[in-house]
Amino acid sequence: METYLKTGFINMTKQARRIGLPRLLAVAVQTLFCASAEAAYEFNFQQPVTKVAQEVFDLHMWMMGICAIIFIAVFSVMFYSVIKHRKSSGARPASFHENTRVEILWTVIPFLIVIGISWPVTKTLLAMRDTSNFDITIKVTGYQWKWGYDYLNGEGEGIKFMSVLSTPEDQLSGKAPRDANYLLDVDNHLVVPVGKKIRILTTSNDVIHGWYVPAFGVQQDAIPGFIRDTWFRADREGVFRGQCLQLCGKGHGYMPIVVDVVSSEKYAAWVAEQKQKLAAGAEDPNKVWQLADLMQHGQEVYVKNCAACHQANGKGIPPAFPGLDGSKVANGPVSEHIATVLSGRPGTAMGAFGAQLSDSDIAAVITYERNSWSNKTGDAIQPSAIKAARH
Amino acid sequence: MEATARGHADAAGHDHGQQPTGLKRWLTTTNHKDIGTMYLWFSFIMLMVGGVMALLIRVELFQPGLQFLEPDRFNEIVTLHGLIMVFGAIMPAFVGFANWMIPMQIGASDMAFGRLNNWSFWLLIPASLLLVTSLFVPGGAAGAGWTLYPPLSIQMGMGMDLTIFAVHILGISSILGSINIITTILNLRAPGMTMMKLPMFAWTWLITAFLIIAVMPVFAGAVTMLLTDRHFGTTFFSAGGGGDPVLFQHVFWFFGHPEVYIIILPGFGIISQVIPAFSRKQLFGYTSMVYATASIAILSFFVWGHHMFTSGMPVAGQLFYMYATMLIAVPTGVKVFNWIATMWRGALSFETPMLFALGFIFLFTMGGFSGLVLAMAAVDVQMHNTYYVVAHFHYTMVAGALFSAFAAVYYWLPKWTGHMYDETLGKIHFWLTMIFFNMTFFVQHFLGLAGMPRRIPDYALQFADFNMISTMGAFGLGLSQLLFLYIVIGCIKGGPKAAAKPWEGALGLEWDVPSPAPHHTWETQPQVK
Repeated sequence: METYLKTGFINMTKQARRIGLPRLLAVAVQTLFCASAEAAYEFNFQQPVTKVAQEVFDLHMWMMGICAIIFIAVFSVMFYSVIKHRKSSGARPASFHENTRVEILWTVIPFLIVIGISWPVTKTLLAMRDTSNFDITIKVTGYQWKWGYDYLNGEGEGIKFMSVLSTPEDQLSGKAPRDANYLLDVDNHLVVPVGKKIRILTTSNDVIHGWYVPAFGVQQDAIPGFIRDTWFRADREGVFRGQCLQLCGKGHGYMPIVVDVVSSEKYAAWVAEQKQKLAAGAEDPNKVWQLADLMQHGQEVYVKNCAACHQANGKGIPPAFPGLDGSKVANGPVSEHIATVLSGRPGTAMGAFGAQLSDSDIAAVITYERNSWSNKTGDAIQPSAIKAARH
Repeated sequence: MEATARGHADAAGHDHGQQPTGLKRWLTTTNHKDIGTMYLWFSFIMLMVGGVMALLIRVELFQPGLQFLEPDRFNEIVTLHGLIMVFGAIMPAFVGFANWMIPMQIGASDMAFGRLNNWSFWLLIPASLLLVTSLFVPGGAAGAGWTLYPPLSIQMGMGMDLTIFAVHILGISSILGSINIITTILNLRAPGMTMMKLPMFAWTWLITAFLIIAVMPVFAGAVTMLLTDRHFGTTFFSAGGGGDPVLFQHVFWFFGHPEVYIIILPGFGIISQVIPAFSRKQLFGYTSMVYATASIAILSFFVWGHHMFTSGMPVAGQLFYMYATMLIAVPTGVKVFNWIATMWRGALSFETPMLFALGFIFLFTMGGFSGLVLAMAAVDVQMHNTYYVVAHFHYTMVAGALFSAFAAVYYWLPKWTGHMYDETLGKIHFWLTMIFFNMTFFVQHFLGLAGMPRRIPDYALQFADFNMISTMGAFGLGLSQLLFLYIVIGCIKGGPKAAAKPWEGALGLEWDVPSPAPHHTWETQPQVK
């Protein structure tokens, strides 16, 4: 199987070379229609930056060529008939209504064309699905509505972070002019080295999401409770953007993917920087926080993780997203509040945040929720309480 | 309605006993023509409701940013637009044609089961009310897309339960209707009307009815499992309890793929009757048309996985579904070739039904090509869930199913009403629909190629121009249908008297009964030679 996959891959590149004409056509069409670099993406696939994406691009152009030929052939016959065989120009109907030879011919020929098309696609598909011999593995977790990245092995092992839409609120609401990366920007980019085979494992924390970077020719659903895999090897450096492709609720349009492909030196520097941050950020679980500090940090966590549903003013959007202002949970027993945030509420949109947020984040956000708006419990929840509740 | 009422009065001479009038007549009718009329009006109303929803979607997408709909509301409208158009507009339209035409075409006096027929229509009303009113319940309508994928659909409010109930009722209605159609075609044919003399419309409906009976229960099962997952603690679709969310996708698409052929096959039948009529020449390759329809129907059971190429199925699965899907291009191609061969060396004229039939062939072929592109699993990975898919299925469902429904209405209106419609206005309706349809949906191919996800309420700036064009096209397309309504009402109210056979080249028993068709036809079965 292994060698089969390999030969499939190599043959395909020859195939790709043979179909140079459609690619030329594609470039011609692109230059014809496109005035700016941004618009260059508009009539066709994005510029491929991986071999697989290039093959997909070529296959598509090649297929369009075949379709165009068939289309012109079939419809020139139809339009010839429409023009020449008009009753108004005196045409008299013939009486033939079958011809076995012709009918067999136009069943067999399309069948052969279909086989011809399937062959190169099969090869590309086998290459696309071969996730062996990878350099780095990154687990991608879909959350409503953000992405989490864990570097599982290879250079950078141990790095993990969340990646959230960073388009400013005033651009979303239209109060400020929208920039070129409107809805396509996140706070923490996924960073990978150029030329290395990156294996992506997808899963989800809540509903099904779709991880999609068109320039890499990669789309893989992220399914809760299951792991799926895909891979890419970027041929050049740059910033590449995609979006969630599987309807996942109200924030579906607001969870983009941004991948920075960098040189191996830059990647090494980035890894070192991340490791340093991780070390510095490692929390002392026994640290006792002041209420004011908890409130300040809690507000930051709340805005990033909770406000999309429960709203900044704590009123929520009932009944799907209940308000926290004056709610039973935020004013009732602390243990129940902690349990809700850690484990979520099954069967509702309330997800489990235990795996996404640190003890101090959760302590801070619960403190914030219990002491904001009209909620005045005065509770200052400490990270140690969260740690205890996790066990 | 008025016309059939008049037809009723004309036929009163040989009516048996008293017939109820007014609302009671329509509630209790077992007459296939009355029921067909109700199906068609219902379907048109639903087309308008679903169309208004489409315009709401398009107006939100006119430019970047959120202007009219909150994201949750947007998802609800997207979901309802899909469900209403598929189950409320397209399917009932073809059942309406079947009711009106199949008994007349095969020389039967009515459908086999009159009361069942009445019941299967009236079930549609509560189902559609459930769907529409789910917008106004707490938590809003189901916002998980018409595909209702869990776990998202598990999260929804009670609107989801109303949708599930609506699907159950719609399923019962379709199954009852199908049983009726199968029984009618198999048992009530006039002497001499052998199976291989059946009009193509009856043939395609016979095959469609079998598809419906095979897959509607599957869909009902899928949504029932959703219901028990939501309320009764089962975990069919939740990994936490040993289930699998992808199971739902398999079950759904095992229904969903035959469903798209349920939608298009009767349309194929209509086109196979309209093209010969206006070519004044017999249908080319009748036998291969029948076999092609049957092969498409059978193959449709083996291709559902192509909706799930990115769900992570094994590569062997992807390859199987890719080959099976591409194979469907062969019988579909045969159909297109046969239609064109029918026109070849005919004596063509271009009345409105013929224009819609030609528009159908032209645009449906384009939809078929984009389907072939999507069938290439490696390419689909880059297109799945983008606007390319949206463009593809609107080419098959709007330019396919809806165009063939328009062709059918113009073709048979003279038979139904006894009047000719306004030919000039009909042609204008065709050209407006043709132009605005392409303006709306052709540009969506480009949006999809560039990577715009479907079902998003707001989008990046690079997608702005095409979305603006698409929205303008959609409004043109929507408004053009008001002209259609005007033409139909005009034709019911008056117009030149239609002959029993208003189209020179039309073939079939339905043209042997007078226009308008009297309330009861073929009480004495005709002899077919």
